[in-house]
Amino acid sequence: MSKAIDKASAPYTGSSKKSAGPGFKKNYMGWLFILLAVVGIGLFYFYPMLRALLLSFQSGMGSNLEYAGLDNYIRLFSDPTFIAALTNTFIYLLVQVPVMIILALFFSVLLNDATLKFKGFFRTAIFLPCVTSLVAYAVIFKYLFGVDGLINQFLLELSLISEPLNWLSDPVLAKITIIAAITWRWTGYNMIFYLSALQNIDRSMYEASKIDGATSFQRFFYITVPMLKPIILFTSIISTIGTLQIFDEIMNITNGGPGNATLSISMYIYNLSFEYSPDFGYAATVSYVIVILIVILSLIQFKVAGDDK
Amino acid sequence: MRKLKRIGVYIFLSIASLVSIFPFLWMIVSMTNKSVDVTQGRLLPGSYLFENLTVLFDSVNMVTALVNSTIIALITTFLTLLIGSLAGYGFEIYRTPGKDRIFNILLLSMMIPFAAIMIPLYRMFGGVSGTIPFLGIDTLAAAILPTVITAFFIFFFRQNTKMFAKELVEAGRIDGLSELGIFFRVYLPTMKTTYAAAAIIAFMNSWNNYLWPLVVLQSPENQTIPLLISNLGAGYSPDYGVIMTAIVIATLPTALVFFIMQRHFVEGMMGSMKG
Repeated sequence: MSKAIDKASAPYTGSSKKSAGPGFKKNYMGWLFILLAVVGIGLFYFYPMLRALLLSFQSGMGSNLEYAGLDNYIRLFSDPTFIAALTNTFIYLLVQVPVMIILALFFSVLLNDATLKFKGFFRTAIFLPCVTSLVAYAVIFKYLFGVDGLINQFLLELSLISEPLNWLSDPVLAKITIIAAITWRWTGYNMIFYLSALQNIDRSMYEASKIDGATSFQRFFYITVPMLKPIILFTSIISTIGTLQIFDEIMNITNGGPGNATLSISMYIYNLSFEYSPDFGYAATVSYVIVILIVILSLIQFKVAGDDK
Repeated sequence: MRKLKRIGVYIFLSIASLVSIFPFLWMIVSMTNKSVDVTQGRLLPGSYLFENLTVLFDSVNMVTALVNSTIIALITTFLTLLIGSLAGYGFEIYRTPGKDRIFNILLLSMMIPFAAIMIPLYRMFGGVSGTIPFLGIDTLAAAILPTVITAFFIFFFRQNTKMFAKELVEAGRIDGLSELGIFFRVYLPTMKTTYAAAAIIAFMNSWNNYLWPLVVLQSPENQTIPLLISNLGAGYSPDYGVIMTAIVIATLPTALVFFIMQRHFVEGMMGSMKG
């Protein structure tokens, strides 16, 4: 049925000579509909990508750029700031993304229980951080984790620590602060994907497994996780792409410090272009590292997820 | 045992909810306190709301930032919806040869990290600065243009157009409507919910956008709200009460939309991309 309709609205499937005219015209209209989008994406995404690629082979200050071959790419390997930014970004990725996905899965499984009370409240509360802007919540976290901030006051009150912790000026604690902040902001976002996917799992599978004597842990690992695999893959890819580009939080919570202990790749690119004396060529080279990482990591995630099947 | 487990679940979810909500409660309470009280961890409402608002609107460029952010977000939302829905409709309704290949190429742009195109974009707008009025660096147009056309919204509208009854297109043609007439008079009114979900996301993305405005908008009179908050927060002697007031005002529009149209909001969010 739907195929027939598709054909009916497909201008150039008309066989008579008469329809060739309007058919062509309608095709032409189809182009007009997508024209702005194609031109826009070409102009504001693909053309700049190409320009960035060319830039990555140039070096010099400001707009005095000269082709320098692979110099910028070689420089990457001996640039301690770049290596710090790369390492930090990987730490965020390897710690934050799994923690967040496990937490989100856990919440969604608990909230998917039909007999649970106040479900709507819990769901709304955990999702609520998504309404904040990245800058706003980053500034709030900066104050919460300040030396005389509420987190320290709370921990002191509970006697968990004997003196205030330097959350923002200790290299390890600063990273923990950033990771805690991102997890706070994005866990609820991932949770709603899992919640909606859970509703599509056939209840009878759980009932059958209960009859077979499966524990709730077994049900989680042998039914829930495999059934949610596509959506877990999807969310881990978007989280990976997002984390590789992390900027707003770092800029506003720690400004990359102490030293370069929390600097991310995006923030290094920003600093190279707009904070230090502008080195657009090298900044473009660093940015291509993110491009390459996104491609490689997405491929790996597809591969890992595809293997079991 | 079962009951104990149940109680454990409730305690766990309550703590999680409290952690999620606490920063909101804190910013709302802090909005009514003076800076010293905020740093001393006062968690009770105070009587400084009026003073904080006065400082924010009198000595900080809050009005300018609100106006700029609103103009940018409204124009961005309008253009994003227009261009995105035209393209999504075009891809789904017409049998344009090669359209699927083009569509897939457009989707690839979603993988492009903004940091990679930020410098060329900055140089592109720098290049037209002075030659084309209102389009160079430090103009609202430069802040808007690169953000209005995204593959995500084309994808979003194409997906939703699959639900659109294509008989209506034929009916429109028989009634003598032009192709654009069908789009504006038949498609657009029947797809209101899709437009609503898209509008929420487009507005929110624009309202909260930070990196590109930071790069391209330089003068104080072009500042947007995220830039203002970031500047206030980075100051050496920050007035915490005032900053919290600014943050509450910045969060208000998205929070209101969330509570009024929760379903559209969540739908839109699920379709949107992180970052």
